[in-house]
Amino acid sequence: MTTPALLPDGEPRAGGLRHGRPKYLEVRDLTVAFDGFVAVDRVNLDVIQGDLRFLIGPNGAGKTTIIDAITGLVPATGSVNHTGTEILGRKVHKIARLGVGRTFQTASVFENLSVLQNLDIAASPGRKAAELLRRRTRVDPAVQEALEIIGLEKAADKQAGTLAHGQKQWLEIGMLLVQNAEVLLLDEPIAGMSQDERDETGLLLRRIAASRITLVIEHDMDFVREFATSVTVLAAGKVLSEGSVAQVQADKKVQDVYLGTAGLEGH
Amino acid sequence: MSTFLQSRWAAPAGFAAGALLLLVAAPAALSGFNLALLGKFICFAIVAVGIGLAWGRGGMLTMGQGVFFGLGAYIMAMHLKLADASLFGGAGVPDFMSLYGSGEVPGWWEPFRSPVVTLAAVVLAPGLVALLLGLAVFKRRVKGAYFAILSQALAAAFAVFLIGQQATTGGSNGLSGFRSFFGFDLKDPANKLMLYSVAAVVLLLALAATRQLMHSRFGELLVAVRDQEERVRFLGYDPATIKTVTYVIAAVMAGIAGALFVPIVGIISPADVGVIPSIAFLIGVAIGGRATLLGPVLGALGVAVAQTSLASTFPSFWVYFQGLLFVLVIGFMPGGLASLPQLVSRLKRRRIERGGKGSATAPATHAPEPAHPAPASAANVPEEASR
Repeated sequence: MTTPALLPDGEPRAGGLRHGRPKYLEVRDLTVAFDGFVAVDRVNLDVIQGDLRFLIGPNGAGKTTIIDAITGLVPATGSVNHTGTEILGRKVHKIARLGVGRTFQTASVFENLSVLQNLDIAASPGRKAAELLRRRTRVDPAVQEALEIIGLEKAADKQAGTLAHGQKQWLEIGMLLVQNAEVLLLDEPIAGMSQDERDETGLLLRRIAASRITLVIEHDMDFVREFATSVTVLAAGKVLSEGSVAQVQADKKVQDVYLGTAGLEGH
Repeated sequence: MSTFLQSRWAAPAGFAAGALLLLVAAPAALSGFNLALLGKFICFAIVAVGIGLAWGRGGMLTMGQGVFFGLGAYIMAMHLKLADASLFGGAGVPDFMSLYGSGEVPGWWEPFRSPVVTLAAVVLAPGLVALLLGLAVFKRRVKGAYFAILSQALAAAFAVFLIGQQATTGGSNGLSGFRSFFGFDLKDPANKLMLYSVAAVVLLLALAATRQLMHSRFGELLVAVRDQEERVRFLGYDPATIKTVTYVIAAVMAGIAGALFVPIVGIISPADVGVIPSIAFLIGVAIGGRATLLGPVLGALGVAVAQTSLASTFPSFWVYFQGLLFVLVIGFMPGGLASLPQLVSRLKRRRIERGGKGSATAPATHAPEPAHPAPASAANVPEEASR
C-alpha cells in the first residue's frame, strides 16, 4: 500500500530541523484580555518544525488561553505567523484549514460515530462536494496509517463514545494527523492516563513531532523531563523562561514561581 | 438487527416492498376516498422525511416547516387557479379575485401562469428562503431553542400575512375549488390515482435521497455537527454551511409536499401552514423516531391515520391526546418508537447484570458518558439513541 508519509523517520530536537527551510510558528506580542483582566500578556513564542515544545506553568498562567487565541477561539491582539501566513483574526475553521490543529483537555471526539468515521471526517475538509455525498467505499490510506499509528486498528468500527479515556485522546491525535495539521497544539494530552498510557503517548508525541510544529501543554513534570526537547514556562500570562528542561529548572525565576504555588516536582 | 437487515440487499428489497405496497397494494385495496386520504398523509410524510434529516440528524428543531410547505402549496394553488380561470372562462382571472378584489390579477401572480415557472418555483422558492434564512441564522451561530422559536415565529408570521391578503391569496379561506391539474380533470378517478402515484413516488425518492445522504460522508459530518458543532470547526469545517445545506434540503421536500397536497386535497389555507400544522409535522417525526430513516415516515403516517379516525369519534379529545403523546415521547422515549428495540434490549441487559451474572461482562458495553463540556458546548437537542 502506498501510504502518505505521516511519519518520516527522525527524532525531534531542540531548535527544530537543521536542514532545508523548516516551518515555524511565530507568536509576537500576543495579548488576550477578558473584561480588563489580561490573561495573556505580550507573549512571544517561536516553535520550529521538528521541535517538541512543552508549555508549562502554574494554573491560571494562560497556557490554554494561548492555544485558544492561536486557534481563533478567543479574540486576541498581536501576531501569530504560521510559516509566512498571519493567522490571527481569522475564523476558527479557516485557521484549521491553514494547517493548525488542536486537541482539548477533555477529549472531544464524536461519540456517536465510529473511530473510523471520526478519522474520516478529519480527512474530509479537502474533499469535493461530490465526494462528500458518496458513501465511503474504502478506507483512505491516510486514515489507515493514522489508525496504525495511534494503535486503534482493532477498534476502528467501535463507537468512539465507548473508548477508554486514553484511547479518545489518541483518536484526537490521530484526527490531527489525518487532518494533515502542520501545527499541533495539544492541551494536556496525558491528563487522566495510566502510567503505561502516558509512556505510549510520550513515544507517540516524539514520533509525530519530528516533522511537525508541536506545542504541548503539560503539568506532569516527569513527563516533561522525559519527552520535551524544549520548554517554555508561563506565569501570570507572561513568558518567564525558555530553554531546555535543565536550563528551565535551573532558572531562579521559575523556581520562585513554582515554590510559591506548588512544588516543581508535583503538579 | 438480523443479518438480512444489514445485508446489501436489504435496502433495495425494502424499497421495492415499499413501492409495491404504495403503488400496487394500496390502490387495489382502498376506495377512491381513502386513497386520496392516504395521498394527503403521504404529503405529510414527505415533510417528515425532511424534518427527520434536519432535526434527527442535524439537530435543528425545525418548528416552522409549514412555511416551506405553504410556499410550495400556494405557488401550485396560484397556478391551478390561473389555469382554471383560463380554461373554464373568467378571462384568466380567478373567481375569488373578482369577488373580493379589483378583478385584476396582481403582477406577482403572473409568472405562475407558466407551468414550467410554477414547477421550478415549487422547488426554488422554499429552497431560496431556507438558504437565506439558514445563512443568516446559522452563520450568526443561532441554534437550539432560539432557532426553534425563530422558525416557529416565521410560520406564525407567514400565516398572518396570508390571512391579511384576502384579495390576492384568498385570506383565511385560502385557495380552493381547483378543477384541473396541468390539463387533467381533477374529478376523474384515473387522474386522482395518477396524483396519488406521483406523491407516492416522490415519497420513495425522498427516502432514497435521504438514505444516501445519511450514509454518505456528509451524513456522518451532519451527525458530528449535531453532537459537537464547535469541535467540527477545529477540523476546518464551517458548521453553518453544513446546517444550511441540510435545512435547504428539508425545505425543498416540504415545498414539493405542499405542491402535491393542493391538487390531492383540493384546498390550501393559512390553517394548513401556520404554527399548529408546523408542530403537527414534528409530532409524527418525534413519535416515529427522528434520527432514523423510516421513523419519521411511519410516525407521520401513523399520527395522520390516528388523527383522522380518532378525530371523527372524539373531535375535541384528539388535540389533547396528541399533545400528551408528544410530551410522553419527548420525555421518556427521545429516540421515538424506533428506539423501542434498543430500549428493550438495554433493559434486558440491565436485568441480566443485576441478576448477578458477574459485573465483569458489563463495563465495555455501558452507554457512553454524558457529553463532556466542549468549548462553548452546543445547545442542541441532546441526542440519545441515534444509530
